[in-house]
Amino acid sequence: MAAAILHGVGATTPLSSVKYNNSRRSLPGSGITERKRASFVIQCYGSLSSGLNIGINRAVKLSTNAVATKQDSVTASTPSKPGHELLLFEALREGLEEEMERDPWVCVMGEDVGHYGGSYKVTKGLADKYGDLRVLDTPIAENSFTGMGIGAAMTGLRPIVEGMNMGFLLLAFNQISNNCGMLHYTSGGQFKIPIVIRGPGGVGRQLGAEHSQRLESYFQSIPGIQMVACSTPYNAKGLMKAAIRSDNPVILFEHVLLYNLKERIPDEEYVLSLEESEMVRTGDHVTILTYSRMRYHVMQAAKTLVNKGYDPEVIDIRSLKPFDLHTIGNSVKKTHRVVIVEECMRTGGIGASLTASINEHFHDYLDAPIVCLSSQDVPTPYAGTLEDWTVVQPAQIVAAVEQLCR
Amino acid sequence: MGSWFARSRSIPYLLKRNISFLHANSSCKTLPPYKSPHGFRERPAASILSFRRLESTLAGKQAQAVAYTDDEVDSDADGENQSIEFPGGRVGFTTQMEFISEATDKRVPCYRVLDDDGFPIAGTRFEQLDEETAVKMYKSMVSLQIMDTIFYEAQRQGRLSFYLTSTGEEAINIATAAALSPDDIILPQYREPGILLWRGFSIEEFASQCFGTKDGHGKGRQMPIHYGSKDLNFITVSSPIATQLPQAAGVAYSLKMDGKEACAVAFTGDGGTSEGDFHAAMNFAAVMEAPVLFICRNNGWAISTPVSEQFRSDGVVVKGQAYGIRSIRIDGNDALAVYSAIRAARMMVVREQKPVLVEALTYRVGHHSTSDDSTKYRSVSEIEQWKRTRNPMTRFRNWVQANGWWSDKEETELRGTLRQQVLKAIQIAEKTEKPSLGDLFSDVYDKLPSNLQEQEKSLRQTIKRHKQDFPADVPL
Repeated sequence: MAAAILHGVGATTPLSSVKYNNSRRSLPGSGITERKRASFVIQCYGSLSSGLNIGINRAVKLSTNAVATKQDSVTASTPSKPGHELLLFEALREGLEEEMERDPWVCVMGEDVGHYGGSYKVTKGLADKYGDLRVLDTPIAENSFTGMGIGAAMTGLRPIVEGMNMGFLLLAFNQISNNCGMLHYTSGGQFKIPIVIRGPGGVGRQLGAEHSQRLESYFQSIPGIQMVACSTPYNAKGLMKAAIRSDNPVILFEHVLLYNLKERIPDEEYVLSLEESEMVRTGDHVTILTYSRMRYHVMQAAKTLVNKGYDPEVIDIRSLKPFDLHTIGNSVKKTHRVVIVEECMRTGGIGASLTASINEHFHDYLDAPIVCLSSQDVPTPYAGTLEDWTVVQPAQIVAAVEQLCR
Repeated sequence: MGSWFARSRSIPYLLKRNISFLHANSSCKTLPPYKSPHGFRERPAASILSFRRLESTLAGKQAQAVAYTDDEVDSDADGENQSIEFPGGRVGFTTQMEFISEATDKRVPCYRVLDDDGFPIAGTRFEQLDEETAVKMYKSMVSLQIMDTIFYEAQRQGRLSFYLTSTGEEAINIATAAALSPDDIILPQYREPGILLWRGFSIEEFASQCFGTKDGHGKGRQMPIHYGSKDLNFITVSSPIATQLPQAAGVAYSLKMDGKEACAVAFTGDGGTSEGDFHAAMNFAAVMEAPVLFICRNNGWAISTPVSEQFRSDGVVVKGQAYGIRSIRIDGNDALAVYSAIRAARMMVVREQKPVLVEALTYRVGHHSTSDDSTKYRSVSEIEQWKRTRNPMTRFRNWVQANGWWSDKEETELRGTLRQQVLKAIQIAEKTEKPSLGDLFSDVYDKLPSNLQEQEKSLRQTIKRHKQDFPADVPL
């Protein structure tokens, strides 16, 4: 597997400045508004293949109050420059641009990615820089432009296919499952498909059921593809670059509500590993596994839990296929209790697979059954209150941990 | 409102007269209002148009503001020569409400060079073949036929699990292959093994793939006839219908970026044109100006569905224009016509960097595959007729022999040699080792990931423990 080039960068994410695309911020049902969130330190750990216990690595404990930790209190492992601040969609764009600069065969295709710059502005400015051919606007036919990407990939290009919303990629399921994942295998290794399929998914702000799909559950079974989910500007850029460089087809899941997250990322180039998870917070009492937007709900809950005296270990699994069972396993062996927090539906979601996987491999280390918090098996309703109830909220996470750790 | 019908006047004419729409009724002469709500009277279209205009002053103002310029005025009373601007360009308008008919009087004719007996039709224009190419073409057609016959029999004997013949479509297979360049990348449906044959895929390689041996290009991972060869620019066959069509646009896009003098050639059958992928691919290729040559083998049958139940258009050729793609219909059982047409089409595609659609009419003489018995849905006499009197191979052979390039003796010799070769290839392939266990897990990804490593380990352990329950001839 590609080695991770991770810097131990302490990055402050002032979540109080988190803006969502939609201006409706308050969550009347839960009583927790986004503004009350604390800042916290996100620390990415170095190579995990050394087999060392996570606890041995440099760890910075979460501050127990709601005050933002200042940057100079963070131990950076490398003498990196201060870096630059940007939003998540800009980080994606930066990663994309760097790869397009580096390799002339990298190209982008999708609806409105060209001069319009993409519905979420991830490809803004790229068409002007690289021309209409490398940043291709396509007609509305997801199965077709995904198929086109596969054909282009088989003949030497490295396309990035953007789904305007992941849900629309259901139309491309045939191409993704029957061709993208399979052709390298069925051709006897002759044709490789280094395609990246990316787009926003997840429950947004009242976007309705069709625009709130969690496609990772549907795609996870397809053999031959890799799936990753980004959650911070830092890992967004790193995963984008890694996905483009990978010779396997990779599906990169972004989240509609995370595009405007701000973070300071390093100036120097870095590429993350597609198969590794991210240790967000170390702890001893319980392992909380999550990814994408739920990471923030978990960290919000973690703050409350810390106040109550618990010490949760939070892992952003990032790699949805395959799971990073190494990191997860080490954590389970330490804490013996697992809570999975996901946005997928209860049935057949990432959490369901992860539960099965952990049970299979680490059954002896578990002191209690795994708790999996997921959305209900319902289409996402439009009404704001109902929508909030279908997504796992921090209060539920706190309650689950308290229950588990009794 | 009936009395407000203005006489049929061109809109500009009225505008010229500076009539405000609100008072149009008072200053214009009126037509007698039509009585029947169902029928149309003389010049009814105009009445209805003006009726609509009067109803909405907003629309009227728009008509005033848009498009009308002096040099376009034609005071011809029909109003046929005016044009309006809409997104997508200028479009002329007419005051006659005319529906475009769903069918033309005559079907699009197909291009043909040889008559039923294989003699060039008088006045026909075609690309002349030299002796070497013509003989190679004919020999390849024979090879394809023999290979098909013997492999089919092998399946019937239980030695192969599945097979699919190209009987009746030999001309399309071989003549197309001969007309293309080896750099052209082929995206096959599944009835085009002749192209591989032409490009040098050996009988042994065909057998290896069909029997799923370790020597096969597919490493035993696909069912028979799903050939693929990167070296010969032939993308591995994928079972779902028409998925290769949008991929052709991507391949063409790639060739365009490379600036190569080659094109993507995508095949489909008549049934495949019903798939959504066909329409989107055609649209894409046209919009992207991708150098794709779409070849539709219209052989009349999609398993048991005849073309009359597949589409109601005049075949597939008329669909080209709908997408802005140049198209042609050819006699797919005429090797010379196929050769000439594909040569010309390819030239257009590569030079103009635009897609072209070729509909090759033919007949599927064989069953759809070994899983099908076509006598269940079509008459044996129909099949026999096509086999005997309209055989593409007979027609081409007659032409080649008439040129003095082939003889009956050579025919017998060739068939004998080929038969031996194919039988031998089958015998060897049957005995060749199957791919090893490691090939179950390799190539899913570029490198074996942890979960697959684990699964392989677990499987090997199970096999070790219960050796007697697993096939002995699969190498570990």
